[in-house]
Amino acid sequence: MKLEITVNGRAVSADVPPNTLLSAFIRDHLRLTGTHRGCDTSQCGACTVIANGRSMKSCSVVVGQMQGAAITTIEGLAGKDGELHPMQAAFKECHGLQCGFCTPGMIMSSVDLLTHHPHATKAEICELLEGNICRCTGYENIVKAVQTAQKKMSA
Amino acid sequence: MSTLYAFDYERPTTQADAVRLIQAGGRPLAGGQTLIASMKLHLASPSQLVDLGAIPELVGIRKQGDELVIGAMTCHRDVAESTVVREAIPALAALADLIGDKQIRSMGTIGGSVANNDPAADYPAALLALGATIHTASRKIAADDFFQGLFSTALEEGEIITAIHFPIPQRAAYVKFPQPASLFALIGVFVAQFRKSVRVAVTGGGSGVFRHTAMEAALSRDFSPAAIANVATDVESLSSDLHGSNAYRAHLVSVIAQRAVAGAQG
Ligand SMILES: Cc1cc2nc3c(=O)[nH]c(=O)nc-3n(C[C@H](O)[C@H](O)[C@H](O)COP(=O)(O)OP(=O)(O)OC[C@H]3O[C@@H](n4cnc5c(N)ncnc54)[C@H](O)[C@@H]3O)c2cc1C
Ligand code: FES
Ligand code: FES
Repeated sequence: MKLEITVNGRAVSADVPPNTLLSAFIRDHLRLTGTHRGCDTSQCGACTVIANGRSMKSCSVVVGQMQGAAITTIEGLAGKDGELHPMQAAFKECHGLQCGFCTPGMIMSSVDLLTHHPHATKAEICELLEGNICRCTGYENIVKAVQTAQKKMSA
Repeated sequence: MSTLYAFDYERPTTQADAVRLIQAGGRPLAGGQTLIASMKLHLASPSQLVDLGAIPELVGIRKQGDELVIGAMTCHRDVAESTVVREAIPALAALADLIGDKQIRSMGTIGGSVANNDPAADYPAALLALGATIHTASRKIAADDFFQGLFSTALEEGEIITAIHFPIPQRAAYVKFPQPASLFALIGVFVAQFRKSVRVAVTGGGSGVFRHTAMEAALSRDFSPAAIANVATDVESLSSDLHGSNAYRAHLVSVIAQRAVAGAQG
C-alpha cells in the first residue's frame, strides 16, 4: 500500500505491505532505531512515539492507521544544532536512565505528559507514566527528571 | 519480533463504504489495541481489515436533547478531556481516564471497547448502568440486550457500531479497583441515579458485565452507602482466578459499590 506520513517534520511516502507495524516501519524502513521494540505486546512502552500530538505505542498499530499522521520519534526532539530537548537534558541531569532501553519511550511519554498536564503533581506524573516500564532505575530519578523538565519548560 | 501475517487492508472514508466492505466479510479495525494484538497471537485471523479511522461521521461528541452522543471511533482521551462529557456525565469522563494507560487511551475507542465486551472492560459498566443505546448502521440496541456475557454481544456479522447514546443521569459515579498488571478492572462498579430509578452495573466479575438488581432496589429506597452495606452478591456467579477468588470479588463488589454511591453523593 501507499503510505503518506510525516516523520519528525519530514514528509515520507513509501510503498509498504499493510501488515507492517508502525514500530517496524520506523525502525526497519526508516532506520530510526531510537524507537525501541521491547515487548511487542503493548505492555512496556519502549516503542512510544507521538502521533498527532499524543503518545501511543507504535507496536500496537499497523501503518495504515497512521495514514496522513504526523509522527515524532526520539530522533525528532533535539534541535537542529543537536541541542537536547529540555526533557532529554533533564533525564541526563537527573540520571533518569541506566541501561537506557526504556528511555526513548519514557521521554516521548513524558513530553506528551507535560504538554497535556503542565502542572502535574508527583502522583499524577507517576500515574501518567503507567504505560512505560523500566527494569533498572526504580523510577525515582525518572520522576525527578520529569519534574526538573517541568520547571525548565514552564520557566 | 512477532510478525503479523499478510492481510488485505481497506481504509474507506464513508460509513456506507465501510458497511459494504464489512458485509462482504471484512473485519472492522478501530484503535487496534485489542485486534492487532490478537492477530499477532493468531487469536484472530481476519483476511481483510476495514479501518474505520478515516470516517468523519463516526467520530465526535455532542449533546442531543437530553442525551449525550459519542461516535464509535472517539478515542478514550477525547472522552476524558471533553468539556461536553465532563458537564453532562462527569463520571463517564472519569471512567475514560481510568482505561489502561495514556498511550492506550490515545488509540483505543469506545466502539472497539463495546464491540469487544471484555469481561473486565470499563465502558460496558457505564453503558449498562446508564441504560445507553448502541446505534449500529442498521438498528438501535438497548445496553440491557447488547451485552451477552464473555466477549459476546448482540452484534451480528457485518454489523458495525456507529455511536453510543447515553441518557444523562441526575448523578453517577464509577469506581474501579484495577488489576495492577493489566490495568483492567478486577472489579468496577458504575452507579447511576435517574429521577425514577437507580441502576448499578458491575464489571470484572468474570463472566461479563451485569446489573446488580438487589443493590438497585435498596438504593431506590435510600441512596446511601449504608443502604447497600449488607446487600449480598451471588458468589457463585463470580469467577475465581489467580488475581482473586470469587468470595474476594464479591467482597470487592460491596466495598466498591459503596464507594461509588458515596462518590455520586459528591
Ligand atoms: C495495555 C492495555 C491496557 C488496557 N486497559 C484497559 C482497561 O483498563 N480497561 C478497558 O476497558 N480496556 C482496556 N484496554 C482495551 C482498550 O481500552 C481498547 O479500547 C480496546 O482494546 C478496544 O478498542 P480498539 O478501539 O482498540 O478496538 P480494536 O482493537 O480495533 O477492535 C476490537 C474489536 O472490536 C471490533 N470493532 C471495533 N470497532 C467496531 C465497530 N465500530 N463496530 C463493530 N465492531 C467493531 C473489532 O473488529 C475487534 O473485534 C487495554 C488495552 C491494552 C493494550
Ligand atoms: S514494544 Fe510496544 S509496548 Fe513494548
Ligand atoms: S534504564 Fe534500563 S530499562 Fe529503564
